Amino acid sequence: MKNAFLAAVLTLASLAFALDGQIGIHDPSTIVLCDGKYYTFGTGGSSLVSDDGWTWSRGVAPGRRGMAPDIIHIDDRYYMYVSANIGAQPKAAVNMISNRTLDPNAPGYKWVEGGVVASSDGIEDCNAIDPGVFLDPTDGRLWLVYGSYFGYIRLVELDPRTGKRLNPNDQPRNIAINCEASSMMYHDGWYYLLATHGSCCRGADSGYNIRIGRSRKVTGPFLDHMGIDMIKGGGKLFVGSRGRVVGPGHFSLLDLEDGVQKFSCHYEADLDRGGASVLDIRPLLWRDGWPVAGENVKEGTYEIESVRTGTALELAVEGVPVGGRSRMPRRGGGGGGMFGGMDGVIPPQDVEQVSQNWPTGNIDLRLSNYMLQAQQKWTITPVANAGGYPGSPYFKIMIAGTDRALAATEEAELETVPTFTRTPEQLWRIEQLTDGSYRIMPKAIPNSKETLALSAVGSSFATLSRFDFKSDKQRWRLNTP
Amino acid sequence: MITIRRFLVPALGVAVGTVFLTMAATQQKSDRSQADTAHELARTLTHPATPTKAPDKDGFIRRWLVLEPIGANGLTQSVVQATVRKEYFPQQFTLIPHDGDKVNVEGTDLRWHAIDTRLYNVNLYHFAYALGKPTSNVLFWAATVVHCPKELTDVRLAIGSNAASVWWVNGKEVIGIYGDRQTVIDDGVSKRLTLKKGPNVVRCAVVNGGGATDFCARFLNKDDAPVKDFTVNLGVGME
Repeated sequence: MKNAFLAAVLTLASLAFALDGQIGIHDPSTIVLCDGKYYTFGTGGSSLVSDDGWTWSRGVAPGRRGMAPDIIHIDDRYYMYVSANIGAQPKAAVNMISNRTLDPNAPGYKWVEGGVVASSDGIEDCNAIDPGVFLDPTDGRLWLVYGSYFGYIRLVELDPRTGKRLNPNDQPRNIAINCEASSMMYHDGWYYLLATHGSCCRGADSGYNIRIGRSRKVTGPFLDHMGIDMIKGGGKLFVGSRGRVVGPGHFSLLDLEDGVQKFSCHYEADLDRGGASVLDIRPLLWRDGWPVAGENVKEGTYEIESVRTGTALELAVEGVPVGGRSRMPRRGGGGGGMFGGMDGVIPPQDVEQVSQNWPTGNIDLRLSNYMLQAQQKWTITPVANAGGYPGSPYFKIMIAGTDRALAATEEAELETVPTFTRTPEQLWRIEQLTDGSYRIMPKAIPNSKETLALSAVGSSFATLSRFDFKSDKQRWRLNTP
Repeated sequence: MITIRRFLVPALGVAVGTVFLTMAATQQKSDRSQADTAHELARTLTHPATPTKAPDKDGFIRRWLVLEPIGANGLTQSVVQATVRKEYFPQQFTLIPHDGDKVNVEGTDLRWHAIDTRLYNVNLYHFAYALGKPTSNVLFWAATVVHCPKELTDVRLAIGSNAASVWWVNGKEVIGIYGDRQTVIDDGVSKRLTLKKGPNVVRCAVVNGGGATDFCARFLNKDDAPVKDFTVNLGVGME
């Protein structure tokens, strides 16, 4: 009965604007890609699988059920680290299992036990659960962080060839205290330790929040922005509760192609899903050397401004000044003169009125100085049942107050069509980049398999071109109009 | 993920007796052949060996009298305030205890222990565990006496605690922090106060739900720098 209720809650909740499908999970692992599908694993043998990173469904339990697993893909194997209490807390152990594939239907799918890689004896100041595995991109060394309250977060080195403990007799290093769900990542010369503070498992009363310290060495010390060592309780807030979700925990990096970075976590309580614990994927930003939790695009009306040019994407039509040309102050005219304005409040431009002069068919696009005009304002709306990508559904991008939709052409150019018809070239992938700007890509280009992004070309025009992370041409800001 | 931590009392009640703390720790360690070499009990808390103790380089007070734990449930503000205002033993807000003093709480004798911590914080989990006492759903009373060579004005008491805690300086409540929280340095900071020349009593009540429990405390001056020109004297360490 309880499960039936949960299923009903999740089904209803899938209508909400968040990840779609069956996303109930606690303590999700790093999301990994295997043969074109995304996988994550949670406590109690739970797993989720997705074709696109947006719509998720229940997967198959891995070879070992336990608490808060983490997983990494190295060469031809997936190494999963699964913890379990093996007596009264804090007596626990982290076991490694491995597999060649995560697809239960694929040939060679078989979990192989790899043994214990870390443990706590129930007396020492550590609870060996909540593993987080980290492959150092600078030297290929493999590390495991683990621990959960009852003392220290610890670090041990693993063998990247086997996934097992490299030197079992080496003493673990203590790198943080009284937190859990730790994870590490590397960025621009710094090692970052992310750990979850607060309490879990109390629904909307859970105080979970994710905090960070950083170090020049993988072994620490990890200091927060105030210089407080995480081993003394320090930690800069990365993400806490907001909006309709309470208690984010269990950070994992999701490093996508082209320098696009995201992170996954679970919320202890999604208020739109009856307070269930759910998976989320959000953009990862970087500011002043610290990671910042970005936000997936929300439905709204925006100016789409090119970072390259500082100009706005607009219909290639003649603009009309807000308030109309007849209301423009004239030299020597009445009122307060040319700088005195006109009487009364000038209302926002009425798109119905000004669009009467626009062509009725397809209209090209260009970039122009933003002047608050109707042909410069775009309403971005998620499209139901059209698929998505990690963290978001596809969107339609329409001139505000009209049915006119942005579309890609088969020449890899841009146009607007009078009416949105849900074709793939009218669906857009909008992702926040690490500097806070956005990449905007059509789901498909007619008669093409290329993946291109909205791009400024010259100072006054826009096109579609290959995304270059180092260039501002494909970066856009979504400003309040 | 630590679901059990928050809801169950860990089964750690191995009796070691209410004897001298470091001896208890040593004995306990030897009793447990499986004990990890990193076990910190004996290393973080010791019996004071000197008459006075200066704060450490960061100003943290490392000498305290701690009463054996009393059962308590709840970490919300209203529950913690009610918990600490209940009278457990006579003169609980004015008593300056001595090492080895006993109080009777609801028919059970509980003992005050003078301890020095080798870290910036006082690990109450180590303290209770070494004594074979519960570590979860408990209330710890602790006190110390800060001796100032001159009056210190515009200082603030700055504390961190796992979990909720209430603090008094010279009998006046100055800090309360609530909820299930970890010890973070300078988590709770008092309004400006004056430490008088001579002895000043700092008292706290720490309530723990489950798992680790500890606290740290120091004074900050008007520039938020640690105050270090005082000593702690609990009348111990002279034997």
